[in-house]
Amino acid sequence: MAKKLGLIVNPIAGMGGRVGLKGTDGEETLKKALMLGAKKEAPDKAKKALKYIRENIDEIEILTYPSDMGQNECIELGLNHKVIGEIHYEMTTYKDTEEAAKRMMENDVDLILFAGGDGTARNICSIIGDKIPVIGIPAGVKIHSAVFATNPLNAGRIVEEFFKNPNMELRESEVMDIDEDEFRKGRVAAKLYGYMKVPYQRAYVQSLKSGGIYSDEISLEGIADYVIENMEKDCFYLIGAGTTTRKILERLKLPYTLLGIDIVKDKKLVLNDANEKDILRIVDSNKFKIIVSPIGGQGYIFGRGNQQLSPAVIKACGKDNVIVISTPGKIASLKSKPLLVDTGDDEADEMLKGYYRVIVGYDEIYVYKCS
Amino acid sequence: MVKMGKIKLRNFHQARWDEPIIFELSTPGQRGILIPEVDDEIVNKVGKAEEIIPENIKRKELPKLPELSQPQVLRHFLRLSQETLGQDINIDIGLGTCTMKYSPKIHEQFVRNPKFSELHPLQDEETTQGILEIMYKTAELLKEISGMDAFVFQAGGGAQAVFSNASILKAYHTDRGEGDKRTEIITTAFSHPVNAAAPHTKGFKVITLMPDEETGYPSIEALKSVVSDRTAGLFITNPEDTGIFNVHIKEMVDIVHEAGGLCIGDIADANGLFGIVRAKEMGYDMCHYNLHKAFSSPHGSMGPCCGAQGVKKFLEKYLPVPVVAFDGEKYYLDYDRPHSIGKVRMFYGVVAAVLRAYSWIVSLGADGLKEVSELSILNNNYLMKRLLTEVRGISAPYSKERFRMEQVRYSWEKLKEETGVGTEDVERRCMDYGLQEFYQSHPPYLVPEPFTPEPNETFSKDEIDEYAEIMKKVSQEAYENPELVETAPHNGPISLIPQPPITDPEDLIVTWRVYKKKKGID
Repeated sequence: MAKKLGLIVNPIAGMGGRVGLKGTDGEETLKKALMLGAKKEAPDKAKKALKYIRENIDEIEILTYPSDMGQNECIELGLNHKVIGEIHYEMTTYKDTEEAAKRMMENDVDLILFAGGDGTARNICSIIGDKIPVIGIPAGVKIHSAVFATNPLNAGRIVEEFFKNPNMELRESEVMDIDEDEFRKGRVAAKLYGYMKVPYQRAYVQSLKSGGIYSDEISLEGIADYVIENMEKDCFYLIGAGTTTRKILERLKLPYTLLGIDIVKDKKLVLNDANEKDILRIVDSNKFKIIVSPIGGQGYIFGRGNQQLSPAVIKACGKDNVIVISTPGKIASLKSKPLLVDTGDDEADEMLKGYYRVIVGYDEIYVYKCS
Repeated sequence: MVKMGKIKLRNFHQARWDEPIIFELSTPGQRGILIPEVDDEIVNKVGKAEEIIPENIKRKELPKLPELSQPQVLRHFLRLSQETLGQDINIDIGLGTCTMKYSPKIHEQFVRNPKFSELHPLQDEETTQGILEIMYKTAELLKEISGMDAFVFQAGGGAQAVFSNASILKAYHTDRGEGDKRTEIITTAFSHPVNAAAPHTKGFKVITLMPDEETGYPSIEALKSVVSDRTAGLFITNPEDTGIFNVHIKEMVDIVHEAGGLCIGDIADANGLFGIVRAKEMGYDMCHYNLHKAFSSPHGSMGPCCGAQGVKKFLEKYLPVPVVAFDGEKYYLDYDRPHSIGKVRMFYGVVAAVLRAYSWIVSLGADGLKEVSELSILNNNYLMKRLLTEVRGISAPYSKERFRMEQVRYSWEKLKEETGVGTEDVERRCMDYGLQEFYQSHPPYLVPEPFTPEPNETFSKDEIDEYAEIMKKVSQEAYENPELVETAPHNGPISLIPQPPITDPEDLIVTWRVYKKKKGID
């Protein structure tokens, strides 16, 4: 039976970029982009990936959405497809993307190929989470998420590999987007919104290039076990967001918050999903350490996805009590670029700079710079 | 090839024999040799062979060996030999970090001479003075080359030499009452991975310094951030795997010394260093050379290895036994060394590699050795210039615009990005032009889509040019017809084998016995 590919094109993605806007999210921005003469770019990018698919995959069933959300692109390329939903206005919104993702899930697609930016990734993630593998065609203004191929052609190649290689590895990858709260305060910072499963092929997936023959899963277990064995008595551990840190809670058989901060003391859970106030109240004058992992494939250890670890918390903790953990693959993906911090507080940022003993496996340490 | 002054790519096609494995060729009753009956005289003196062998080690049934006649065996292995690309038939520049240099054939005559090959390690020293003298003199030469004070040839390879050095490090700190405190060793990400692995096996905690984004080697600050009174030593390769020489080596060594640690240099590949910089001047307390690399002794499937382990005077007492010594009249094996870490390998070590290395050193002399390094560096930088300026899709991360030493770790990342063709594809396609596989990278894979060639001094300019032309051609093919490269090899003895099935441990079969079991063959 032919495998099913779900195709979602966010036709308005990327329109803000060429006309100098920071994105195309929201009706007002879209209107502004149109007034400034912006043109749809995502459909063309999607077609590049689809053309590759047409030429390289024989048996594939494409399920897509009407008009420029996939249907037109398929028709233009002569690709067999089935339209599984409807849109009510020519100018689509995030609701259409979400509805499309929902329909794809109901129709049991094997993989979703989408064209868009961080906003599109976030909308899809809010519906499917890690239930269906996805791969993004980078077509938006903002591409902070690690769920995109490096270019449309490579997105096509990943789809080909996914359908031809039943053993292709799937990796949970970060979905990042502008932090709207911070944005309203006049600060542009990305926030971690979730994780989606992405078929992993070395060098094709943006910002998550790694290598070697070692399984990240084995490294993850080693890292978690090493951290747990070295936990000090009576010390609070603030465990940051992400899949690397999650493994610690899993190995301790404790509930975890993927996108939040969990507090552990003496290998027992103190609080899930703690906010800044909780943290300050609980740690008070007690000894505590922070465990973080580089996020977003870009090397941020503070200021992306863990704003609960505020400058006040960080300053109370001190650099020496920050434990950085990472799989070797994630470190390799940084291509020797330093780890980054962006807490919004210059003093805290300055304090966090320097070298860290990053735990990359059981009793395995990389010394890595943060700036 | 270069023909009439012009470079021409070969119209290469390798033999394809579709040769079964030898067990499948077996016919019951066939035999290759008839073992003669033992003479009565011998039987009368020592008894029958089957009676001499203790009962508990006697076979209950005949071994399940393949049964073939001599010509069948000969044909089988000759066919297989035609399906390989050995060092003597292809331009073996690609296998970097291994220093695949030409091994002079006259050295093979030396080691195959019965005067050498029929020596037995249990012979009385009185009767092995010749080889002991060669071992002693080779140690003297290596002392001069490195600046170290003593050498042994016990280790059967580089990894064992590093392990042996780690054992000395442990013994040294233990003797000083700091064995329990100094538990950490420091290494760098582009040092050979054995610099982390061997000390770890010895029980040390390993701290790996990651490279600086610009230079490719770690910063002094990175080292300072981890050096402490727990530091036992620094295990470092310089030049590192990138071919970049760490110009801060002396400063790094001084920092570790100041903290009470020792410094151990991995000079497995000395090809860029002869007559230019010595272990002593870099501040090392211990080092090792792979005689099977820069010192020309063949290696890999061509021959056994030898890690020559060198130390400074204050560590000499810890060397593994035996040490070859000279009392002014005769050479002897010194086992009476109470502080020694003990034995790391049986008998003398791999003496054939020592004999070849000795021959190589004395045939070149001091000036010749320096020329080896100068030529290696020149060849390498010539190839780098050609690859970086003429081949699309290749780059050399770190230390841009700087010369390299004996090798370079390149990246095909851009090629992969733009064409979908990665380093594994390029590697397979090279086979279609008569090259054997190239070396990608030691772990960790910090350079994406890596490729590490090493055009040592024994390759001519024409051969380096041919190699560069092949890379250029394969890159061009990747841009014009990526499928051609992705589905390579086309002219080799076998076609592309899909990776997932053969790398799945569940499906992997490495012995005939397991094959029969899995296939249900009796």
